[in-house]
Amino acid sequence: MDARILQEFRAIVGDRGLITSQEELKTYECDGLTNFCVLPQAVLLPRSTEQVQRIVRVCHRERVPFVARGSGTGLSGGALPVKDGVVISLARMNRILEIDFANALVVVEPGVINLEVTGRVAAQGFFYAPDPSSQSICSIGGNVAENSGGAHCLKYGFTTTHVLGLEVVLPDGSLAHLGNKTLDAPGYDLSGVFVGSEGTLGIATKITLRIVKRPECIQTLLAAFSSTSDAGAAVSGIIAAGMLPAAIEMMDNLAIQAAEAAVHANYPDCGALLLVELDGPIAEVEVLMRQVHEICRKCGAGEIRVAQTEAERAVVWKGRKAAFAAVGRISPNYIVQDGVIPRTALPRVMTEIERLSAEAGIRVANVFHAGDGNLHPLVLYDRRIEGQEHAAELLANRILELCIEAGGSITGEHGVGEEKKMMMSKMYAEPDLETMQRVRCAFDPEQLSNPTKVFPRPRLCGEQPGEYRPHPVELAGIAERF
Amino acid sequence: MRNAFEMASLRIATEKGAAVPWDDLRAIAGAEQVRSAGPGDRVAGVQPEAVFEPGSEKELAAALHCAEAAGLSVVPRGGGTKTSWGNPPMCADLILSMARLNRVIEHAWADLTVSVEAGCTFQELQNTLSQHGQRIAIDPLWPERATIGGILSTNDSGTLRIRYGGLRDLIIGMTIALPDGTLASSGGKVVKNVAGYDLPKLATGALGTLGVITRAVFRLHPLPHNLRSFTFETRDLTDATRVMLAVQDSTLAHTGLQARYSEGRTPAVDVRFEGTDAGIAAQTETLRKLAAPAAEAATSDAVWQARQELWCSAEAAAIAKFSVLPASVAETCGRIRLLADSLGVQWCAVVQGTGLGWLRLEASSAPAIHQVLQTLRPELEQVGGSLVVLHRPAAMPAIDAWGSGGDAFPLMLSVKQQLDPRGTLNPGRFIGGI
Repeated sequence: MDARILQEFRAIVGDRGLITSQEELKTYECDGLTNFCVLPQAVLLPRSTEQVQRIVRVCHRERVPFVARGSGTGLSGGALPVKDGVVISLARMNRILEIDFANALVVVEPGVINLEVTGRVAAQGFFYAPDPSSQSICSIGGNVAENSGGAHCLKYGFTTTHVLGLEVVLPDGSLAHLGNKTLDAPGYDLSGVFVGSEGTLGIATKITLRIVKRPECIQTLLAAFSSTSDAGAAVSGIIAAGMLPAAIEMMDNLAIQAAEAAVHANYPDCGALLLVELDGPIAEVEVLMRQVHEICRKCGAGEIRVAQTEAERAVVWKGRKAAFAAVGRISPNYIVQDGVIPRTALPRVMTEIERLSAEAGIRVANVFHAGDGNLHPLVLYDRRIEGQEHAAELLANRILELCIEAGGSITGEHGVGEEKKMMMSKMYAEPDLETMQRVRCAFDPEQLSNPTKVFPRPRLCGEQPGEYRPHPVELAGIAERF
Repeated sequence: MRNAFEMASLRIATEKGAAVPWDDLRAIAGAEQVRSAGPGDRVAGVQPEAVFEPGSEKELAAALHCAEAAGLSVVPRGGGTKTSWGNPPMCADLILSMARLNRVIEHAWADLTVSVEAGCTFQELQNTLSQHGQRIAIDPLWPERATIGGILSTNDSGTLRIRYGGLRDLIIGMTIALPDGTLASSGGKVVKNVAGYDLPKLATGALGTLGVITRAVFRLHPLPHNLRSFTFETRDLTDATRVMLAVQDSTLAHTGLQARYSEGRTPAVDVRFEGTDAGIAAQTETLRKLAAPAAEAATSDAVWQARQELWCSAEAAAIAKFSVLPASVAETCGRIRLLADSLGVQWCAVVQGTGLGWLRLEASSAPAIHQVLQTLRPELEQVGGSLVVLHRPAAMPAIDAWGSGGDAFPLMLSVKQQLDPRGTLNPGRFIGGI
């Protein structure tokens, strides 16, 4: 990279905010998806919105692409650097700026860790609802980029539900406030578009989050079934009974084995495990929990446990939250997939995954957010065995195709990023993608903000520049823009 | 000095006067689906020339493209319950009626989703969903006539929002027709999906200025086993806000929370619970303790119609939606009372626990109403709130419906230029003259 540009960056963030040595840059060459690696030209660590703006203005002027990065825990290569570009790490912008209990909101910088938000408001009986499994290390900025979910989004919604407003540095370095602390700010819901745009529309530098009052009571039921289809029938029964649990999670036998090996969650050894969490007023939860118990029993559940205290619940959740990493105990390498299907397609899709797995001679462990049909098949392989990595990738892609065929999605919470951008053409028709890209052109006509991600191919914004063009009446001096 | 709103008005005004390509429209869908517009088709006083009633998404997209090519202004219309919302259009040549696009496409009840054409009325959809004990958890205005497309375009959710979120939290997929004839889908029919941009949110609340919503997919909720409403008579504005905040700050799982204010009466606070009998009974006790010393009054579920009732005999009234922080409701209503009293304007309001409120102003002098709104808006904007005018008396001086878009406005304009570069859809009706 041009020494002049680096000098300019150094003047903005100081020596300690600029990384250029090859050795240190290695830390940033990938995110949680480690099979894609690109070394950036430089990494910048701004401490304020103003510094982010100055950096982005330089990038815009010099046409240097940039990739914003939070904690780097993403699983789709969304924070993968681009060649000839820089990484802007928001890790040092990690202050909680404001806590307003009366209005149930907090204002944070993007580098704040997800679990820290709950940590700061728990004493007053609040929590921050989105809870991705990586919540002890992932950042709010990254959550905003990916529209992160988690086990409890079945009831509470995703990151986008909890983002009230954003301060955003746009790809030309200008500042815009999307949404607000108050609801329904007049105009287009740009905050709704920005959340989940995977860093392609700009960089969020302040985020106003909704916090939620902790329910009076939380109970978690754990039920052991002999097969995933029996467990699936229980899930259908719960939904048909008109309940909306806070979470419904399922693990198959291989995933249970892995969790046991890793964290000794004391799960029963069975074909499929169901976790059902209900929360709300005590009287309500008790009635409904009895129903859930009954439904599980009818669907053939063997052992059923109900965790009522915080400590008991923590044990029950431990195995589930550790599931991805735990798979490392039973396989040297694995691919985490993130497909979504209409929940009722579960038996069909599961059978097909089993068939494909047997055919390819590659094991697949399954962890689901069963309530909303979000599958996390873990495709297990050994890189040292020739051809197995390739076969595993093919299988993983085939599973996503199954999800699309079933009317689902290629990603429920991990994002498209670098990994699944080619799958986008299978999920959406060309006009759909074209329309999304027009919106991108409105935010980032030069395509500098995390370019080459999400979409299978870039769209030129040339003929319809989203940039501001003065209107004739404005040029004539009879009107002005405010 | 002119602002962007007036500026855009100028632009549109100079471009007016295109002719409706009758033959082209008839060729798209047959002669019976095109007709001359009558006085009943007026949009905020503007007389359109033609009404086109497509029978399919493709016909709609083709007609839209044809209208754009001819330089027409197009106004999409569902049940016509909210055509006066927003600013009056700068021009309106062609009405795109959604009346025939009214099917419930798929109620996947076991997946808790529904896919529906935009012209379906809310009530009809709700009737279908209730067959499996489900609902879209919103309670919009005029459900018998209001259509899904219109409800989405005006972002009209209602009192259930406090528990289930707004439309933005319930919409999971959408197809829109763009003026260039593109039919674009985004989202999907699964609840959890982060593939691509969330365009359903972009079109929600856009008042049909970016594209015409042709179908939508929603996540559903079970119908409650039981519901019960409570009303408390509070002492004054401060006391009403105290009760609202206490309920919000509790572990109660209420699905409705609103305060009703009207001149000469002490404010009433309504609370609704849904769920099992046992759950409701247990919460009732807690609620009474929280609300005390406010006295419980006889009530019925009809109190949740209060917002809609603001529109009753409203010819001489103005109605505005405002949004403030929940903790500022008492202060806001105090300010409204002071302003209204000083100008001889009668007022009443319904404010939800979310900080969203609907205000009705009435007076023999329309300019006085105008002055209340004009004074109030910048004060609310100053503290991060907003005020949107939904209904105005005919005699009232013109007022911008929306207020400020802040520093995001240039971006909104860019989005509009990308999706509707010729300003075909609802010109001038949206914020800043968009």
